[in-house]
Amino acid sequence: MQLKFEVLNNTLVVLLNGELDHHSAEEVREEIDKKIESQNIKNLVFDLTNMRFMDSSGIGVVIGRYKKINKLGGKVGVANLNPHVDKIFQMAGIYKIICKFDTKEEALANL
Amino acid sequence: MSFENYMKIEFLSKSQNESFARVVVASFVSQLDPTIEELADIKTAVSEAVTNSIIHGYDKQNEKVYLECRIIGNTIEITVEDFGKGIDDVDLARQPLYTSKPELERSGMGFTVMETFMDRIIVESEKGKGTRIKMIKKLKTAKNKE
Ligand SMILES: Nc1ncnc2c1ncn2[C@@H]1O[C@H](COP(=O)(O)OP(=O)(O)O)[C@@H](O)[C@H]1O
Ligand SMILES: [Mg+2]
Repeated sequence: MQLKFEVLNNTLVVLLNGELDHHSAEEVREEIDKKIESQNIKNLVFDLTNMRFMDSSGIGVVIGRYKKINKLGGKVGVANLNPHVDKIFQMAGIYKIICKFDTKEEALANL
Repeated sequence: MSFENYMKIEFLSKSQNESFARVVVASFVSQLDPTIEELADIKTAVSEAVTNSIIHGYDKQNEKVYLECRIIGNTIEITVEDFGKGIDDVDLARQPLYTSKPELERSGMGFTVMETFMDRIIVESEKGKGTRIKMIKKLKTAKNKE
C-alpha cells in the first residue's frame, strides 16, 4: 500500500494506493497518525480513488482514525468509493459517524 | 454434465499471505467467468477467513493455514482451515461487531462480511483444536448474466 498526503488548510487528505487488509493496515494506521500528530490537523479525508481492495480491516482503520480526529474536534470524510467498499462501510454503520462524498473537492468544501 | 474442479494449498500464517490467498482463489474462480462484483465478494470473504486464522487462530507466524476450493457446476465452495486456538462461542463470534481483539483495531465485522458476500457459511470450531470455515456461493450462469 502506498500513501500520498496533502494538507489543505488544516485538513489532511490521504490518497490510498493499493489494497487495505490486515497486512497493510498497521503501516497505514501509523503513517496517518504520524501526520495527524505532526501537522496540526483537524479534519481527515480518505480519498479511495485508487484503493483496489478493502476488507473489514479497513473499517477498523477508519473508525480508529475517527476516534483520534473526534478528540481533536474535527471530522472525517471518505471520497471516491466504489460500490463494494460502500457496501462494507454501510454494513458496519460507519456513515453514522463519517461523511461520504463523491469527490475529494466536495469533501474539502463540506467538512 | 456438471463441471467439477478442485484445488488445495497450504501456506504459513503470515499476513503477507492474505493477499496471496485472495489472488489464488480469484484466479481459480475465473474459470467460471464471474462478474466483477462476484469476484470482489469472493476475494473479500476469503480475506476475512484467512486473516482470522492468522490473527485469531494462531499466535505465531509459522503455523499452517489450509485453503481448499471446489467448483461444482456454477457453485464455488471455499474452505479455510487452521489447527489453532478454536472459537469458544461460535454464536457470539458470528455476531456483528463482536471482536476479541479490539486493541488491534479489529472491527468485529469479519463474519458479517463473509455471511453477506457468500450465500452460506458453515463454521466448525473446537477449542484447542482449530477452526474450519466453509463458504458457499452460487454464481450467476453465463446465460442469465447479461
Ligand atoms: N480462526 C479463528 N480462530 C480463533 N478464533 C476466531 C477465528 N475466527 C474468528 N475467531 C473469533 O471470532 C471473533 C470475530 O471474528 P470477526 O467477525 O472476523 O471479527 P474480528 O476479526 O474483527 O475480530 C474474533 O474476534 C475471534 O475471537
Ligand atoms: Mg476477522
